[in-house]
Amino acid sequence: MPYDSTDREIMRFLQGDIPLASRPYKNLAERLELSEEEIVLRVSKLREKGFLRRMGAVLRHRQAGFAVNAMVAWKLENEEEADRAGKIMAGYKEISHCYIREVPPDFDYSVFSMIHVKNEERLAEIIEEISLRTGIGKYIIIRSSRELKKESMQYFTPEGEG
Amino acid sequence: MKEMNELSRTDREILNILQADFPLTTSPYRDVAKSLNLDEEEVIARIQAMKKSGLIRRIGGIMDARSLGFYSTLCACKVPEQRIDEVAGIINRQKGVTHNYIRDHEYNMWFTLTAPSQDEAMQILKSLQNDAGIEVISMPAKQVYKIKVSFEMSEPDAL
Repeated sequence: MPYDSTDREIMRFLQGDIPLASRPYKNLAERLELSEEEIVLRVSKLREKGFLRRMGAVLRHRQAGFAVNAMVAWKLENEEEADRAGKIMAGYKEISHCYIREVPPDFDYSVFSMIHVKNEERLAEIIEEISLRTGIGKYIIIRSSRELKKESMQYFTPEGEG
Repeated sequence: MKEMNELSRTDREILNILQADFPLTTSPYRDVAKSLNLDEEEVIARIQAMKKSGLIRRIGGIMDARSLGFYSTLCACKVPEQRIDEVAGIINRQKGVTHNYIRDHEYNMWFTLTAPSQDEAMQILKSLQNDAGIEVISMPAKQVYKIKVSFEMSEPDAL
């Protein structure tokens, strides 16, 4: 295992909302019988190894001023276009996620991008620009109208060990 | 609720650091305060207020499912209007379902599933399909170009 049971305990702690206190790792360190410095060192290592993608604040998009949050799926005419399109889209600061997905045969749109902007005008502008730059003319905007669930993944919970 | 354009410059500066540059130290809020020439108490109070207003969902770590050996996939299904709440109930109580949205598309319910392995994910999807009596399509990523979950808090006018 590239991470041990102590790392798992630390990751279980980190995936929640850490205490908003002067020394947020103090109680964890006591529980794990480590120093706070050792905890922080392990957190840095988890970050370096890529298990921890990022440490910090997670915001709610809408309240952060991004009123329009759209999933846009693009249709590739041939697979060779994929890489170039993915890279172009990844360059936009308004795009938070960009993936090529395996899709069923009746669903033609395999490039997925999540776009977060202030208004509809900006969304239309970005889509048009991406369309021009990538040469992908076919796309669908799949808007969300209702949030049914949104939470962070809980890894390493006691009943479902990963 | 407090919206972005009501935030002070100081709050925005704090948010940028908290998102992009969270200090990996034993006293992160003291270090944030230091870099902005503020008191730690003030920084904590401002963060507290932004949590209370709902702008900050949480402060912690964002794990990488793939690196940890987990399998995740984006799923979609066609749910009749009158069954949305019932089906959402079945899907949302499944461990590993983290996001679920109603979207404007023939496939109207879209959710993400993360599981310890591909096999487990497929088993979960099978039982969800049985329990809900609907067909679910699974669209795992085969190439990732970007995963970015922080937002630069520029001046409101520049947004």
